[in-house]
Formats: sequence, structure tokens, C-alpha cells
Amino acid sequence: MSQNTLFDKVWELHKVANLPGGTDQIFIGLHLIHEVTSPQAFGALKDKNLKVKFPSRTVATVDHIVPTDNQSRPFQDNLAEQMIDTLEKNCFDNKIKFFNIGSGKQGIVHVVAPELGLTQPGMTIACGDSHTSTHGAFGSIAFGIGTSQVRDILASQTIAMNKLKVRQIWCENKLSNGTYAKDLVLHIINYLGVKAGVGYAYEFAGPAISALSMEERMTICNMSIEGGARCGYINPDEKTFSYIKGKLCSPPNKNWDKAIKWWESLQSDENSIYDDVVKIDAAKVEPTVTWGITPGQSIGVNQKIPTLEEIDPNDQFIAGEAYEYMGFKPGQPIKDIPIDVCFIGSCTNGRISDLRVAAQVLKNHKIAKHIKAFVVPGSERVAKEAKEEGLDKVFMNAGFQWREPGCSMCLAMNSDKLIGNQVSASSSNRNFKGRQGSPNGRTLLMSPAMVAVAAIKGKVTDVRDFLRK
Amino acid sequence: MNNQFKPPSGGFSKINGKCISLIGDDIDTDRIIPARFLKCINFDSLGQFVFDDDRKALKGDHPFDLDDNKDASILIVNCNFGCGSSREHAPQALMRWGIKAIIGESFADIFYSNCIAIGIPCFTLSKKSITIIQKHLENKDLFFEIDLFKSTASSRDLKFNLEIKKTSRKMFLSGEWDTTSKLIENNDLIEKKLNDLPYIKFNSSI
Ligand code: SF4
Repeated sequence: MSQNTLFDKVWELHKVANLPGGTDQIFIGLHLIHEVTSPQAFGALKDKNLKVKFPSRTVATVDHIVPTDNQSRPFQDNLAEQMIDTLEKNCFDNKIKFFNIGSGKQGIVHVVAPELGLTQPGMTIACGDSHTSTHGAFGSIAFGIGTSQVRDILASQTIAMNKLKVRQIWCENKLSNGTYAKDLVLHIINYLGVKAGVGYAYEFAGPAISALSMEERMTICNMSIEGGARCGYINPDEKTFSYIKGKLCSPPNKNWDKAIKWWESLQSDENSIYDDVVKIDAAKVEPTVTWGITPGQSIGVNQKIPTLEEIDPNDQFIAGEAYEYMGFKPGQPIKDIPIDVCFIGSCTNGRISDLRVAAQVLKNHKIAKHIKAFVVPGSERVAKEAKEEGLDKVFMNAGFQWREPGCSMCLAMNSDKLIGNQVSASSSNRNFKGRQGSPNGRTLLMSPAMVAVAAIKGKVTDVRDFLRK
Repeated sequence: MNNQFKPPSGGFSKINGKCISLIGDDIDTDRIIPARFLKCINFDSLGQFVFDDDRKALKGDHPFDLDDNKDASILIVNCNFGCGSSREHAPQALMRWGIKAIIGESFADIFYSNCIAIGIPCFTLSKKSITIIQKHLENKDLFFEIDLFKSTASSRDLKFNLEIKKTSRKMFLSGEWDTTSKLIENNDLIEKKLNDLPYIKFNSSI
């Protein structure tokens, strides 16, 4: 049983009661909702004749279904229109703050909350979306929930949950040039496997993590769930505090010192006890690319797709499925695999720093003729900042389409989809079968820089070779 | 597929049903219900679309399409079932298709708690036992009686001791898996908690 970690402290602080069944009743400090997983929860609340308990502790935005080309209302897609309409109505009726399209604050829920200063250390944060783990980058305990739990939070601001175990993932050394947070987290998931995190919260720590910017830390925590961990977090430090300072919803100046003092008191103690500790050498991480149908099936860009004999017996079944679905041969190098579509965006890598890195690579280059490429900023604010820096021009000059903010082709609930068995180089987080909208579409996950260079070359390329020239 | 869908309610201790096996590790919720079916404001129509892409790819040979499995209600799976997206649409689609309980080697966290929250108990068994069941199902039907009191699944010739989290087992026996009413009972404690949390005080209201 873990002791004195940030997770333990925040959990204890938010515990309302021990429920008779043996679970804990946990208070949720910030509840985020979006259009896909909330309508049924509001419906259930109505059926039970209940009201929203603390409307001011819930914040809404719209992201999954928004079209990223033409956003004028009503949306062309009737069902999408019905969903945004339902969310608008539910928020209005229940006095919930809603950051709608055009407010300047809309975007992917996990991009928006941190940039508004809503996400803070020591909070419990829940959202009907598995990538809620992103917010753990600030030292909050944040996790995805289902619609029934959304209902419970609306009704009571609490949920029933079993406490998680804590695994510390200690990352030694530093990432080398041309490798990014995305490569590190793909490497960790590959090393531990996609199920290792079940029942755990992941604490990411060590010099390699301290060296990361807040946005890079969000990329790491975002993908905890791809390693099976419902929750991932990083102890807050100076970088965390200065990122939060001055944001719309952060503590006002007069309370700032009090806030910092409290945040600092939540850090994992030096002698805290973990259920498990794992060490990773960040210096050994290479630009990493997935070759299969789970985020754990990845290799360094200069490696070959593993043969069945090279794979742990427990993972051979899914590897066999991946060979068949992807159509790549065991033993084949991942480098030079031809790409059809390039996608930069998502709650993993759709922030301003991601766009900057990709634009840096694309500057004065054109994408390969056969490539369809587009960039979808993570939020209206990211889009605005990017435009102010002229990044939109860099992307468009290179041949990318510049789109409006949303989830877009990360899960293809709007009209951005792969066609047939196209191969996409994608900065998002899931390469599941059919994830990007075509039942036989194929996704290769990689960092935004690697997506950019794949767009230029039309095939999987080592961004370090490209940068060196 | 079950046309007269009735959601479970209250406590229960026994589930009787025919087994259906779905072989494979890491079957994610995008596969259970692809994203295009999430464009809905209720769960009612999801049952027919469960595993839509996988079923289309297998052209009628998917376990969820076989005549033999039409009335099945106990799903047998392998490792890390339900990983990926938190969409409750996934267990809702399974439930509306007719699934009442799932037995597997292991489950993803969010999927597991979604199942509990809507009244589908998930049990685990060793790889060896799951393989025995799946082998059996290759050429024979299998009807289980699941007993939540004893945590067992038994048929005429097979019997297994199932594992389930103690807390989940209690919830099904008592009916408390339907959590909302239990949670709001602690209204006073909830209000006190709100007033005690430092960040509620030092932040301006949203
Ligand atoms: S960007 Fe993708 S992973 Fe993130 S919230 Fe949207 S759909 Fe989910």
C-alpha cells in the first residue's frame, strides 16, 4: 500500500466517506463535460428527479463532434447538431458554464482546462473521457469516468471508487535531440505493456520529467491510460506554478502565496512508499513509431517490426492480429513505410508547442505530392496564438490544410476520416482498428515532428536525419 | 440479440445463461462500439451495432452473428478487455445486445467500473480456465449458473471459482451498484467537504 505520495494525500483529502460496499466516496473538485458522454447522464438525472448539486464545479465545452472545416450552425451533420444543441440546453437549464464555439475558449476539453487555469495541483478532476489523465501533469488526481459516474457527479459531486495503487516511473537522464515527450511515453508503454497500469496510478518522476515543459508533461500524462493506468501525475514544481499564474481561473494575486504553499505541501514525500517503482533511461529513447493496433506495439524508427519469436508469448496473439490488419511484414524496417495521410492535433499533441515544433520542420519545405495533411489546433486559443506567430502560414505554404479546433481525426466523429486502408502518420494517441474512421484504416502514432517530416518525405523518416541536413 | 431490453435493477445473486466466447486480447471499446455510433443522446439503439466493424469484416462469421449464440448472455473474453476510450456506450451496447455478465482473464479499469455502474458483473478467471471454457465452446453449447454468493460458475460438467472484487460483489448482492442514491445520502458530509477544501476558498468562482 502506497503511503505519503501525492496520490495518497489528495485521495485522503477528498474522501467523503467509506461506503458500505467497501469503496470510497470521493469528492470531485472539477468536473469537465462534453457533448458525447454527458447527454445520457443529464437524462438519467431527470429520470431520478434530481438536480445538479454544485453547478459551478462543472465546466463544459464541445470537441468530439465539431466539424473542423465549416462550423456555421446548424451543422451540416444533423446528429452532430443535435448533440451540441442538447449540450447547450443542458448547460443552460442547469446553469453550467459552457465554452462554446466562437467564445475564444472552446477546444478539446483536456487542452482547454489547463489553459484557462482550471486545472490545478491537488484537485480531483473527472471527465467522461479517458484522457482526463492529462490533467495529472499539474499534480492533480485526474481520471476518466463513464456516463453513470458523470450522472453521479452531477447529482452529488462525488463518485464511488476503489483507491488505486501507485507505481512510480522514474525517468533517468534526458531525452536526446530530436526525441520528444511523445517518444518517451510511447517507449514507456511499450516497455511496461498496455495492461500493466490496470489498477494503478502512475507517478512520473526523475530528471527527464523535471526537464520537460508543462505541455510536454501533459503529453506524458495524457497517454497513461494507453498503458492501462487510469490516472497519471507529476509532482508540481516551479514550472507548474508559473504556467498557472495569471490564467483566467487561477488563484488571484492576493491568494497566490497561500495557493503555492498548499500546492507544495502535497508533493510526494521523499520517503513515500510506492506499490511499485520502475526505472527508464530517457537517453536511450529514440524517435518512436507504432507498427500495430495498440499503442504498446511500437519501435524506434531505425528498428525492424518484431517477428513473432521476438515477442513475449503473452503478446503474440495481438501481434498476429496486428500483422494481419496492418499488412506489414514481421522483420520489415518501419522506416520508409509509405504514408497517405498526416494528422497533427489531438489532446496528446495539439498544443502550441507541438505546432511550433512541426512548423519548424516544415518551414521552407513542401509536403510530398500524394500526401493529404492537416493540422487541427487543440483549442481556439492555440489557433489564435499560432496565427499570431504566423504558424498557420508555414503549415499552409507547406501544403497542410489549416483547420478549426476539435478532436477531428483523432477519432473521426466528424467528416475527417481515413479512406479504405490508407496509412496515417498521426500525432494522436490511439492506433486501434478503425479508430480514424475507416474500418481498415491504419494509424502510425508518432511525435508531431515525425509527422511533419513524414509529410515532406511521404514515408516514415527519422526526423534526426532530416534536422541534421 | 435481445429485443425486449429490460435494464437490471436491485440486488441479485444468480445469473443463468448461455455462454458466448470472443477470443482476443486488448479488445478496445472502439471495437466494441465504433465512434460513429456515439452520435446519439441516448443508449437505446446501440445493441444492434455492437462490434459493427469486426462483424462486417467477418461477414456473418463473428460470434455475435452466429445463430447458435443468439440467446447468449454470458460473455467469455481474454485479457485487458475494454481498454481504450471511457465510452459507457460500450457496455451499454453489450447489455442491450443481451449480455448480463462477463467472465475474462482481465479487464481495463474504466470499462470494469462502467460495467459495475450499469449492472453487469465482470469476473476473472485464470488463462487456463478461460482456455478450457473457450475450447469447450468450440463445439458445444455451455450454460452457466453464476452464483454471486459463492462466486462460482457451474454447468453440468464444469465448475469454476470466479474472482470478483469484494466491493463489486457486495454491491450486486445488495443492489447498491446503482450508486446515486447511496452517494446523495451523505449530503451533509459532501457540503462539509466542499467548505473544507482549500482550493475552493483561494480560487475565485469559475
Ligand atoms: S483528441 Fe482524441 S483522445 Fe483527445 S479527447 Fe478528443 S477524441 Fe479523445
